[in-house]
Amino acid sequence: MAESANPAPSRDGETRRDFLILAAGGLGAIGTAVAVWPLIDSMNPSADVLALASTEVDLTPVEEGMAITVMWRGNPVFIRHRTPADIEAARAVPLEELPDPEPDEARAKKPEWLIMIGVCTHLGCVPKGQKPGDPKGDYNGWFCPCHGSHYDTAGRIRKGPAPKNLVIPPYEYLTETLVRIG
Amino acid sequence: MSDFKSNNAIIQWIEYRLPIFSFIDHSVGSKYPAPRNLSYWWNFGSLAGLALVIMIATGIVLAMQYTPHVTMAFDSVERIMRDVNYGWMLRYIHMNGASFFFIVVYIHLFRGLYYGSYKAPRELLWMIGVVILLAMMATAFMGYVLPWGQMSFWAAKVITNLFSAIPLVGETIVTWLWGGFTVGNPTLNRFYALHYLLPFVIVGLVIIHIWALHRFGSNNPLGIDVKGPQDTIPFHPYYTVKDLYGMGVYLIAFAAVVFFAPNSLGEPINYVEANPLVTPAHIVPEWYFLPYYAILRSITFDIWFIPAKLIGVIMMFGSILILLVLPWLDRSPVRSARFRPLYRQFFWILVVDCIVLGWVGANPPEPPYIYIGQVATAYYFAHFIIILPLLSVLERPRPLPASISEPVLKGGGAALGATANPMEKA
Ligand code: HEM
Ligand code: FES
Repeated sequence: MAESANPAPSRDGETRRDFLILAAGGLGAIGTAVAVWPLIDSMNPSADVLALASTEVDLTPVEEGMAITVMWRGNPVFIRHRTPADIEAARAVPLEELPDPEPDEARAKKPEWLIMIGVCTHLGCVPKGQKPGDPKGDYNGWFCPCHGSHYDTAGRIRKGPAPKNLVIPPYEYLTETLVRIG
Repeated sequence: MSDFKSNNAIIQWIEYRLPIFSFIDHSVGSKYPAPRNLSYWWNFGSLAGLALVIMIATGIVLAMQYTPHVTMAFDSVERIMRDVNYGWMLRYIHMNGASFFFIVVYIHLFRGLYYGSYKAPRELLWMIGVVILLAMMATAFMGYVLPWGQMSFWAAKVITNLFSAIPLVGETIVTWLWGGFTVGNPTLNRFYALHYLLPFVIVGLVIIHIWALHRFGSNNPLGIDVKGPQDTIPFHPYYTVKDLYGMGVYLIAFAAVVFFAPNSLGEPINYVEANPLVTPAHIVPEWYFLPYYAILRSITFDIWFIPAKLIGVIMMFGSILILLVLPWLDRSPVRSARFRPLYRQFFWILVVDCIVLGWVGANPPEPPYIYIGQVATAYYFAHFIIILPLLSVLERPRPLPASISEPVLKGGGAALGATANPMEKA
């Protein structure tokens, strides 16, 4: 009696059961992953955060050699009105000497206006160098005090633990002196 | 069914339906035999439990007054300090309680290192302890962000940015962690939710930790196995009273700091509200994270194609994760450093090394600190990866005593033990 209630495994039944277990298990795993995704994705930036308006900046009051800091998407954006000496210093460096090689021409749409996100590419501190009294580092650009990264007059990393140049945000000139960031 | 006896009818009634009293008696009571030679270093487990209870109790009432929003968080903590009844005290207890929790757990951990408590058969017990340490670190880190001071903000920014070191997906992960493009309100909110959740996860881990502990019982200063009832005494009353005494001493020290030097362990700049545009001159984590911070910053060079930032992050997490495999790095069959003349010295060098790392972590990342930090980091890993495996082979341990009771009872152990311990049915 016991045998008939529990038939000896035929090869046929065995593969069908294996298949069903595999298929059900696989579907369950996929289903769980699909169900978990909304939980994970809910932690990504929400629509209102993404919709944060772009920032318009009037450059007229910024004299040569001066710098201003504006906010964009919660981060500081550095705008420096570079002197000819700044630009020349940046262009004189051979690219091979740079940890993250990028010509100065690629870093500014108008060479006298350098516009960058003021967040150190190492671990996110705000580098010093915007205010007249600030330390500007060994390359007369910016200096990040957190772990000692030095950026040059094109905002390129020259020395210290930061791996990349300061990031250039998307921006465009609406007029000669009005720029929209974002 | 149970061997639990009580004259109280209500207790009997409950015990018959839910054998909870016998469970407690077997866990931390008279039916739990503990080695008779445990020293005060064995007090730190129960102290960690007390510290956790204090954190949860004060945390829950603080949570009733705290507002997790970037525009209000700082002010709500100031309100707790000034206007809420006993708010200043609750916050100072919670703030310094975290420091004391770490002091206790670090001593507990080094106790384990000294007496070889991580060795068979207690490997899993040890590994669960390491996971508890990681969960504590996550909890403390997120808690520190809540008051939304300058150091809260910048510590959060720097530490979350560590994940950007992960190749390819790093930036995506960081944006996901932040819920935005920088540390902001979404970040504060989720940290608050997790800061409330994680301590209860820790409670669960602690239960598993103790479960594993009860499988083989405590290790002891001699590091040898319990050979029989003559080597043990019942946990209650002997160690319950000893633990209570330790708690009294601990609470005195704790109260002294909470009431007389509540800000001595903290950073004054955290009483300045967070400003995303201005990074403080020196970013330093709380003292209990300083050694890891030193390890992170000591990597200033790329190795092949791996950038320094990624190596630093791997080393920092590796400094804790390596403890998970410690039972397999140290192959010496002798547990206690008392009988390991060489290991004992290297143990103390490791202690000094960790203190040096902490000191380097508190200083700016420039010479000479950076070089000292590099040497200390190299030594830290060498201790586990090179010195311990070598010692397992090279060291000649001293002879072990035959049993725990033998040195005390001079061979009469079995008979004497039976009388000293009448509750044990051998
Ligand atoms: C493992 C246990 C815990 C640790 C290590 C811990 C650690 C911390 C730390 C370091 C702070 C920052 C203190 C400061 O500088 O002001 C903090 C704040 C806070 N914690 Fe906890 N905590 C724990 C458990 C809890 C629990 C269980 C709750 C709630 C149920 C809680 C609620 C809070 C609140 C509301 C704050 C903000 C108020 C303040 O800053 O004082 N904590 N926690
Ligand atoms: S964050 Fe700038 S050097 Fe580390």
